[in-house]
Amino acid sequence: MDLSLSDEQKQLQDAAERFVRDKYAFENRRKIAATEKGWLPENWAQMAELGWLGMSFKEEDGGYGGGPIETMIVMEQFGKGLVLEPFLPTVVLGGGMIAAVGSAAQKEALLAPMIEGKKQFAFAWLERQSRYNLADVSLKATKEGSGWSLSGHKGVVYNAASADQIIVLARTAGSAREEKGLTLFVVDGNAKGLSRRDYPTQDSLRASELTFDKVSVGADAVLGTVDGAFPVAEDAVDRAIVALCAEATGCMDAVNAATLEYIKTRKQFGVPIGKFQVLQHRMVDCFTNAQEARSMTLMASLKIEDKDPVVRHKAASGAKVQIGKSGKFCGQSAVQMHGGMGVTDELSVSHYFKRLTMIDLMFGTQQHHLTRYSNLAMAA
Amino acid sequence: MDLAFTAEEQKFADEVRAFVKANLPADVRDKVKNGKHLGRDDYMRWQQALGKKGWLVYTWPKKYGGPGFTPAQRYIFENVCAEEYAPGIIPFGTKMVGPVIYTFGSEEQKQKYLPAIRESTVWWCQGYSEPGSGSDLASLRTKAEKQGDHYIVNGSKTWNTMGHWADWIFCLVRTDSKAKPQEGISFLLIDMKTPGITVKPIIMADGGHEVNEVFFDNVKVPVANLVGKENEGWTCAKFLLANERLGIAAVPQSKRGVEALKDIARAEQDNGKPLIENPGFAEKIADLEIQVTALEFTELRVLSQMAQGGQPGPEVSGLKIRGSEIQQRITELTMEAVGEYAAPYLPGLLWHGSNEEPVGPEYAHLAAPRYFNTRKTTIYGGSNEIQKGIISKMVLGL
Amino acid sequence: MDLALTPEHQAFADEVRDFARQNLSPATREKTFSGKHYDKADHVEWQKALGRKGWLPYTWPKKYGGPGWDVTRRFLFENVLAEEGAPRIIPFGVKMVGPVIYTFGTDEQKERFLPGIRSSEVAWCQGYSEPGAGSDLANLRTRAVREGDHYIVNGQKTWTSFAHWADWIFCLVRTNPDAKPQEGISFLLIDMKTPGVSVRPIIMTDGAHHVNDVFLDNVKVPVANRIGKEGEGWTCAKFLLANERLGIAEVPASKRGVRSLRDIARTEPQDGRTLADDPAFVAQIADIDLQVQALEMSELRALSTMALGGAPGPEVSTLKIRGSEIQQRIAELTMEAVGEYAQPYQPGMLFHDTNETPIGPDHAVPAAPRYFNMRKTSIYGGSNEIQKNIVSKMVLGL
Ligand SMILES: Cc1cc2nc3c(=O)[nH]c(=O)nc-3n(C[C@H](O)[C@H](O)[C@H](O)COP(=O)(O)OP(=O)(O)OC[C@H]3O[C@@H](n4cnc5c(N)ncnc54)[C@H](O)[C@@H]3O)c2cc1C
Ligand SMILES: Cc1cc2nc3c(=O)[nH]c(=O)nc-3n(C[C@H](O)[C@H](O)[C@H](O)COP(=O)(O)OP(=O)(O)OC[C@H]3O[C@@H](n4cnc5c(N)ncnc54)[C@H](O)[C@@H]3O)c2cc1C
Ligand SMILES: Cc1cc2nc3c(=O)[nH]c(=O)nc-3n(C[C@H](O)[C@H](O)[C@H](O)COP(=O)(O)OP(=O)(O)OC[C@H]3O[C@@H](n4cnc5c(N)ncnc54)[C@H](O)[C@@H]3O)c2cc1C
Repeated sequence: MDLSLSDEQKQLQDAAERFVRDKYAFENRRKIAATEKGWLPENWAQMAELGWLGMSFKEEDGGYGGGPIETMIVMEQFGKGLVLEPFLPTVVLGGGMIAAVGSAAQKEALLAPMIEGKKQFAFAWLERQSRYNLADVSLKATKEGSGWSLSGHKGVVYNAASADQIIVLARTAGSAREEKGLTLFVVDGNAKGLSRRDYPTQDSLRASELTFDKVSVGADAVLGTVDGAFPVAEDAVDRAIVALCAEATGCMDAVNAATLEYIKTRKQFGVPIGKFQVLQHRMVDCFTNAQEARSMTLMASLKIEDKDPVVRHKAASGAKVQIGKSGKFCGQSAVQMHGGMGVTDELSVSHYFKRLTMIDLMFGTQQHHLTRYSNLAMAA
Repeated sequence: MDLAFTAEEQKFADEVRAFVKANLPADVRDKVKNGKHLGRDDYMRWQQALGKKGWLVYTWPKKYGGPGFTPAQRYIFENVCAEEYAPGIIPFGTKMVGPVIYTFGSEEQKQKYLPAIRESTVWWCQGYSEPGSGSDLASLRTKAEKQGDHYIVNGSKTWNTMGHWADWIFCLVRTDSKAKPQEGISFLLIDMKTPGITVKPIIMADGGHEVNEVFFDNVKVPVANLVGKENEGWTCAKFLLANERLGIAAVPQSKRGVEALKDIARAEQDNGKPLIENPGFAEKIADLEIQVTALEFTELRVLSQMAQGGQPGPEVSGLKIRGSEIQQRITELTMEAVGEYAAPYLPGLLWHGSNEEPVGPEYAHLAAPRYFNTRKTTIYGGSNEIQKGIISKMVLGL
Repeated sequence: MDLALTPEHQAFADEVRDFARQNLSPATREKTFSGKHYDKADHVEWQKALGRKGWLPYTWPKKYGGPGWDVTRRFLFENVLAEEGAPRIIPFGVKMVGPVIYTFGTDEQKERFLPGIRSSEVAWCQGYSEPGAGSDLANLRTRAVREGDHYIVNGQKTWTSFAHWADWIFCLVRTNPDAKPQEGISFLLIDMKTPGVSVRPIIMTDGAHHVNDVFLDNVKVPVANRIGKEGEGWTCAKFLLANERLGIAEVPASKRGVRSLRDIARTEPQDGRTLADDPAFVAQIADIDLQVQALEMSELRALSTMALGGAPGPEVSTLKIRGSEIQQRIAELTMEAVGEYAQPYQPGMLFHDTNETPIGPDHAVPAAPRYFNMRKTSIYGGSNEIQKNIVSKMVLGL
């Protein structure tokens, strides 16, 4: 047992910290959010150059042999800066699934250029009715010659507008909500028959509604096995959850630091408001919540590649519950302790608050994951 | 004690319902029903309709042109209006400055200002807070210096809700900077068109514009606009803050909000079934509903004390605390019900009534902004921490 | 970074488990799992066994007769013993006064007192709190007046856990009433058999006798029993409080508590099935289970900092806060799981090993008493409010 960072990991942490400090001052972020894409190609290129896009992949896949701890380190810093580049959909989700089940040809065509910063991905799993049930998929892929034809709808697909390829979870067999009969397809972002409605999200990211109208793909578009995608998607989402937890931890640290600073400087009744015990204790509770979030994120990062799927699922859900709870507490408290300033767009607090809120909604709320964890724990 | 309404009260409820149905503009009703943002004109049309009927100032005594409702009637009126999707009455005129004027103002002032408040022809806003004076209101610094029969006002106010829509502002200003903080404050009514006043928007976390900064640069205000005596403004302020806390619990709106939440939970799917059948989620709604009921009964108890001739005491702070927390919880659960579809941010639809298609169901795009925005309820009108401070001092003697 | 155990650590864990299985009396073990109270012999017999093995002072460095374990071994030791149903080691000797003596004591003192602590031949108790000095410990008034090579001690200690079992008490006493409160305090070791020492039980809400008043009436204590310099007792006190806070999180016991809570839920009938089939209830267990995991990881992170040579900082206070809240929550849920059968009060079974038949299931007997008793955890060892003050000041700089 050893919970300390290696020297390389410490360097990675320093580099990510530096990146955020240099590129993500609050006003800078506002500008990046207002660009057409919503992220900066030069930042993406720099991430490629620093090796971050490939760090968590195996060397034989063209990566640098790191793992979830490296992802955790970088995502945490991204959370501090509310970084907008699409690392999660491209690297963690898209790259993660290709690395897990892609063919040699797919790795060559997709993963290698992604690591170089030349390709981006999106993962289309959600549908209007599906809420957090990954198997609740009705977008249909039917055989069409040697290939497939996809028709249906996908919602709130992050980074779809920038993605070169969209990885689509489709139903190839079985009935609604059946885990068997799901297949992953790699679809070009500009495929014929694919239409998008793009929009910004509450926390300044970009997402889209996608409509597939008889989108044709070849047999080589299948990622992994036909009808066998559910466990692949589930693992990918679990990994994404753990990465999000790390991002949330960074958000919490940053919003706590901003709030602490604020209550030390904002004066009312002739004293800094941090002299009032209710605020002191609330601040301590924020600090404790962030500590717990950090602990659970670390636990999940250490367990997310366990051989036993139950261990992996429990780790991801357990961490997500904590992040939902702690994120809400820190976010709401930060706003409250900032008084009126907390509800304006002007300070960073409300932006952290919004991101933390959206993180709770992504891939399942606190309640959803508590139920998932609880079912797994009782079954044991 | 009796929970049932008498026959007359029942008749009154029917009358209110018929009135709202006949007079609430359909488009306004629609906006409220769907949780959309209202414009100035939306509020004005409804308030003027109420004004004609004499009901806008439903909390005022008969003497000043109010309907003289009993507590039961007030309760019925508020609830029926909310049930019928009427917008909340903007409090600044009817619930705030109006009562201050009829309690502390001169005869001329009553004649000059009250009719327009009763009829909603003038829009008021509240100029209390300043950048350096939020919770510590008595530290305010906006200065009014007497020159002949005018005051010259200099300084700035902030967080003025709907100041950009207002015709008049009521302000707390400092008229004596040597006295103890609370003793050098006066209560002034200022016409927003007076030269020297500028209004600058503050954008909220949800992207909306509802509050402003208001700057006063040598603004000339007639001494006749002083309410009460010079340097006795704090008395008016405290009186008003107590009033503000009563209304702020927003129980009828919360009841409506719970119903809306249930509708959404019925419409949202979860594993092929309506979300409302998810036991975990259903329990959260039940918990919320019980909180609303507890608050409602507490408010009824306060109203009944008032009916007996008592004044609302500092206990009403408790109503504001719970009321605001409940409002927040409603928006939180509504957002949770919507799930990932709360993520799309559609400012056109949200703020400008554009007719773009919503992403997902119509209610989805409102959910997160509402949640963000409603964080304000535990901050404004005296933050919940301040309310607890007041209760602990005034009620518990700590 | 790695969570996995090395083969040596795995072997160590097995060794501890074997030891516990061979040396822990079945009767004591049974008390642990059924939640009943231990008597003195349960503790002493077990601690002596550990002492003989050299494991009782498991946190001590080799130099003072500890096993000099790394943090992983300590962690495994605590966890395996908790899993095996061992009573928790009474901290006053091993975790409190022992480290104070080897850190601040003279060589003679080390030789005189440490062996009895290591072997559990001598039982200790802690004499800090007084009727007028709880949270405000520095306000303590028990006086020690120097007369030749003795102190004459007069005053009263209270809340003294296990004073009725103790051979010795370590006390904070006031040696200089004129200095600043923190600067006039000294740390004294007092033999409980000294004339003038008397103990009076305080009965807790659950009927248990754990704590006592200790009266000191002209008690003659050799100056050689003072640890550290005169007037520097506060330094020892603070050192000890930091130590106390780490162990007090009680994670291994809480893990065991969650396990037995799940077991109870599996046996409690509900709606023709069991409570384990009630999703809302098991979700509450899941929630507390996750809180325990978070706390455990936080503790491991703190231990790992210590392993790298860092000292446990004031952050460990948050471990105490969360640890105590979690213990309380487990007791609360356990009582809820038992339902109406938590009501019968069965002191015979709870305290005296009678073999009457329990009313309801066996696990119902201690459910409510335990819930009542556990309220202490957020009060003792520095209440949670005080812990938050400390973190706020020391960590956050407020
Ligand atoms: C997605 C969603 C859908 C919903 N759908 C429905 C629905 O279908 N039907 C329904 O009835 N409700 C619905 N609601 C609930 C809705 O939140 C309430 O109806 C709403 O709060 C009532 O608002 P109002 O316009 O009456 O404003 P009020 O609460 O009366 O306030 C008017 C304005 O004055 C401000 N204000 C009030 N008091 C003060 C003060 N003291 N100081 C400063 N400013 C003050 C307020 O912030 C507000 O801007 C929905 C909510 C959401 C989030
Ligand atoms: C949406 C919105 C609308 C508003 N509308 C109006 C309006 O129309 N007119 C108007 O005049 N004002 C308005 N306000 C201002 C509102 O009344 C103030 O925001 C409020 O009084 C808090 O002041 P502040 O924002 O300066 O926060 P601060 O006073 O700086 O408080 C910051 C934090 O410190 C806490 N705190 C402060 N003092 C203490 C203490 N003694 N003990 C414990 N905690 C303490 C607060 O509770 C809060 O959590 C509005 C505010 C908002 C957000
Ligand atoms: C079961 C049990 C066993 C114990 N065992 C021992 C023992 O063996 N030896 C020993 O010396 N002592 C022991 N104690 C005493 C324990 O350390 C004290 O009870 C504790 O320090 C609190 O002191 P008090 O009970 O006098 O409460 P008070 O100090 O009177 O506190 C009452 C309340 O006020 C709060 N409070 C006090 N000051 C502040 C502040 N500044 N800010 C915010 N809140 C504050 C407290 O948190 C608490 O909620 C034991 C106590 C219990 C319950």
